[in-house]
Amino acid sequence: MTSIVWQRRRAAVGSTWREFTRNRGGLAGLVVLGVVVVLALLAPLVTDASGLDVTKAAGQRWQSPSAEFWFGTDHTGRSVLLLTWWGSRISLLIGLTATVLSVAIGTLVGVTAAHFGGWLSAGLMWVTNFFLVLPSLVLAIALSTVLPRGIGTIVLAIGVTSWASTARLVRAQTLSVEARPFIERAKVLGGGHVHVIGRHVLPAVLPLVFVNTTLTVANAIVAEATLSFLGLGDPSMVSWGSMLRAANLHGAVSQRAWWFLLPPGLGVVVIVLAFTLVGRALETVLNPRLRGDR
Amino acid sequence: MTAPPLVRPSPRRGGGSGLLRHVAGKVGGALVSLAAVVVLGFFLFRLIPGDPTVTMTRGRQVDEAQIAELRALHGYDRPIVEQFGKYVGGLLHGDMGTSLFYRRTVAELIGERVGPTLLLVGTSTLIAVTLGLWLGIRGAWRRDSPFDRASTGVALVGWAMPAFWLGMLLSMVTGNLFPSGGMRFSSTPPDFWSQALDVAHHMVLPCLTLIAVVYAQYQLVMRSSLLEEMNADYLTTARAKGLRDDQVRRRHAVPNALLPTVTLVFLHIGLVVTGAITVETVFSWPGLGLLTYEALAGPDLPLLQGTFVVLAGSVIVMNVLADLLYQVLDPRVRAS
Repeated sequence: MTSIVWQRRRAAVGSTWREFTRNRGGLAGLVVLGVVVVLALLAPLVTDASGLDVTKAAGQRWQSPSAEFWFGTDHTGRSVLLLTWWGSRISLLIGLTATVLSVAIGTLVGVTAAHFGGWLSAGLMWVTNFFLVLPSLVLAIALSTVLPRGIGTIVLAIGVTSWASTARLVRAQTLSVEARPFIERAKVLGGGHVHVIGRHVLPAVLPLVFVNTTLTVANAIVAEATLSFLGLGDPSMVSWGSMLRAANLHGAVSQRAWWFLLPPGLGVVVIVLAFTLVGRALETVLNPRLRGDR
Repeated sequence: MTAPPLVRPSPRRGGGSGLLRHVAGKVGGALVSLAAVVVLGFFLFRLIPGDPTVTMTRGRQVDEAQIAELRALHGYDRPIVEQFGKYVGGLLHGDMGTSLFYRRTVAELIGERVGPTLLLVGTSTLIAVTLGLWLGIRGAWRRDSPFDRASTGVALVGWAMPAFWLGMLLSMVTGNLFPSGGMRFSSTPPDFWSQALDVAHHMVLPCLTLIAVVYAQYQLVMRSSLLEEMNADYLTTARAKGLRDDQVRRRHAVPNALLPTVTLVFLHIGLVVTGAITVETVFSWPGLGLLTYEALAGPDLPLLQGTFVVLAGSVIVMNVLADLLYQVLDPRVRAS
């Protein structure tokens, strides 16, 4: 019986994929993401990390782009290309792990609130709405100020403050799934909470969660850049946010060092845009109301 | 916080009591949220750091006597319950403690900075909403036209940009055309018009930056909200009556699509506040955002606690206002 279910699910994924490939924006976003992830993974193999060390800077300060330094150098003489390349690793790493944390919390809260009902549900929904209203960055700033600096803190700060919209979405979807007759059947046949949630609710909710994830990653990457820009990042790591902080503090604007300003910012824009395009394409595929035909 | 008499709905009022009860629920809920923000402020800045004086003096040369003095000054040597009581009591009187680095009261500092932030955030929101709604309506009405595609694309790019990066880019590109920081030159004559002109001149870049990263929200929401109305029967009726296309749009479709968008304008205030923090930092705009940034450097925990409570609290107030506004605007809710 399970195999039929899986066959159907595989077929559903297949048709979603075919539908997705018809969306040009989404496909372009996916290709860009693939390229960036591969580049980020390749960084330690292709480049030498010692160039990130301020004391071993290879060039002069504020050199404009040349054959030796394609993207010029920063205020300490390090290659901006190298910094951007390595910065992509931290930005992606934090963006993805914070998203996993945020989506996990959101799914847990959403499913629990919908499945169990009663005062637990009311309480959870109150907390969710509270977090939804709070400006998440202000809270993330507060958290990363009082906790010790580091990657873990940033991930925690972003994850803990951004789960609310996922929770609300998951709750709504769980409620609509649980209203269907096959859930009643499962319960009558003696299925417990674990069985109903694990076998029936989660598989039905996960596609939606997946779409939501792509949009959450985009937010998380901007949040990381913002926190690092404000000086709350890990001081020993190069990320796009910390590069922009250095650019601001050391007067890249008055130096007219456009080569130091453009790469990290464009990096954020390209990644965020790619995730957004993929997310919107998936949304269109999974939500027939948004499809092109009138 | 707003209009406490509304909290007591009278059951004998007949038709209006449902609405009153609803309003009371919203206001009561907001009050509970405000209380939660206050508790969260205490939790974040007094409990998590363990000993706040250690956090605040991190990386500085201080001896035991100085730390003890700091502790006594901020009352950190007292039992936690007593500290909490003093904190809440102080907040109710508008007393948020003393800033560590300015050596002035937090309330005074925040009071000085509220004006510039309101001016910047208010102006940018107003322009961004107007621009976003106009673009969203035009895009949805001619769906998939070149204009729709281009404006949606531009909006998405703007939305993807970190505000502070765009700010730095703009100030680099415009060179000396606009002042790169602050709110006014000290050399400007003190009369009203030259001061206003000077402030406006300083505000161009921060305002542009904030608009560029914020307007996309309004455009995309307006667009999809109008698209939902596009197939409605009442539009067919309106056309069948012989109304011109833009009359159908202006008088029938847009007012209905506007409802969810208006609430979103208020709901997104939190996002604008976030943008204001980094934009004010880049342009040294002397508002609450810059104050928050300055407090981070210490970290100046009492000051940070104050800005946290004020920023989060004002967003909550904005939200309840949005809810109440929705009551006024939507005839269906008004009637029930």
